[in-house]
Amino acid sequence: MTNTLHRFGDAESFHDDFIVFAMACKDGTGKYLGPDPLPDLKKFLQMALEFKPVNIGDPRHGGAIRPSRSMNPLAHWKRDNAPDFQAVIDGLTVVTTCAAVFDNVDAAEKFLAKVRAADLGLSVNISTSVDGADQCCHFAGIPRHSVGYSLGFEGKTEKIPNTQVTMLSTMCGHGMISHSLAKKMIDFVKENRRTPAAAAAVLSRFCSCGVFNPARAKRILEEARLHTE
Amino acid sequence: MQINPKKCVACGNCTYVCPMGAIYIDPVKKRATINRDECVECYACFNGLSQEHLPPTVVRTVRKVFAAMRIRFEPEPDVCPTGAFEPDELKWPRIVRRAFSDPRVPHESTGIEGRGTEEVKTNDVTGRVGLNEVGFTIELGRPGVGTRFYEIQEMSRALARAGVAFEKKNPLTFLMSDVATGTIREDILNEKVLSAIIEIKVPVERAEEIVRIVKDVEERIDTVVTIGAGVRCDDNGEDRIVAPIFERLGYKLERAKTNTGLGKRHAQAAEPAREMVNS
Repeated sequence: MTNTLHRFGDAESFHDDFIVFAMACKDGTGKYLGPDPLPDLKKFLQMALEFKPVNIGDPRHGGAIRPSRSMNPLAHWKRDNAPDFQAVIDGLTVVTTCAAVFDNVDAAEKFLAKVRAADLGLSVNISTSVDGADQCCHFAGIPRHSVGYSLGFEGKTEKIPNTQVTMLSTMCGHGMISHSLAKKMIDFVKENRRTPAAAAAVLSRFCSCGVFNPARAKRILEEARLHTE
Repeated sequence: MQINPKKCVACGNCTYVCPMGAIYIDPVKKRATINRDECVECYACFNGLSQEHLPPTVVRTVRKVFAAMRIRFEPEPDVCPTGAFEPDELKWPRIVRRAFSDPRVPHESTGIEGRGTEEVKTNDVTGRVGLNEVGFTIELGRPGVGTRFYEIQEMSRALARAGVAFEKKNPLTFLMSDVATGTIREDILNEKVLSAIIEIKVPVERAEEIVRIVKDVEERIDTVVTIGAGVRCDDNGEDRIVAPIFERLGYKLERAKTNTGLGKRHAQAAEPAREMVNS
């Protein structure tokens, strides 16, 4: 689905949001075309680490900051919010979409160039502002093949909360981050009950495919602390 | 989804994490309770909350003592202290809620996670959307509002009346009892889902007409709509045809996903024209 496409915000708000994802194509019977793509998907994620992503993941297992099925009660006082990138790569056991999220155009450009040179044969997409993606493709020497535009949200938009809440919650395109939790994290930051980084980690755990951008979330939460819309 | 009342300690953490706002603390039972009509079986509560498995009786006692002293322990906000969420066995038609709401479950009809298909994400291999065509994804219920199939049917019927073809591999197309009219099977019409995507493909000259049809239906349904438009670029990587149409219609194209064309075509690649159905 279009899980990275419809993020709320203007083009400027995506200056620290670049998602590069890879997927293998199936034929009409559901079989993957060409050789087994799993090793290439793992290679794709492994290559991303060199460029310091802020998240990586796949929709079957989640991102680099995950919930725990048996949390130690002491975690209430000292929670581990560090992303575990290697766990994502090691845990990739089935062919699915793999994503790497970067918080700067420089990293996205160089990663895309490296992916091109590796010639993995996977379909590779970049999801960000229209101009940002164009810039990355230009750097990597790639003419864009296709573009999927987001025309934004319409209809009964009065049902959507304010800008900052929606910017946070739509970073999980599957809708696993509720507006209520995003609002709660903004409130926690405003009351100094959580740091922006800790609040971003809470939200990140609900994203089921690892495309949530904790760096952009941290920035939005810091902005919301000073002024809530 | 169910919440085991023997385990729940009514801490309230889960009331915030439900994308549909369907979880509340019942003031009589004093337990977290799910409004099953609003629950879309997305499993965000079960999958997203960390679990501790603490003894419920001990937690309740501590909470009562603290509450009596007007002291509130501030736990991590994304934790169920007793692991009280328990998935139940979903039967038809309720099971369609999960298929369209829980991204971890590959849809039986498409084999991929999520509510749609690969659309232009693999266009470099499939050639699904060609030059001078627009592949529309019309998603109802996103972000975080939800929709019911009778609203989706309102949209699919309006599009069918315009004679468009629906994407064959889209999960929604599988649930149509009459693809020619965009009619969805009656027994699921009242089921609620987080979102659902209608996928169609039209010649570029019909792009404006489709946008106007969607806007007309938006007036009659009680949810939000997001439109995605997939296009094939020319040999120089430019789209000089479709973007100007949307800009003329008042859209500001802020964000896009861009297929870089690195996918390899294989001998057994599917022919693009076979993927749409209207009868």
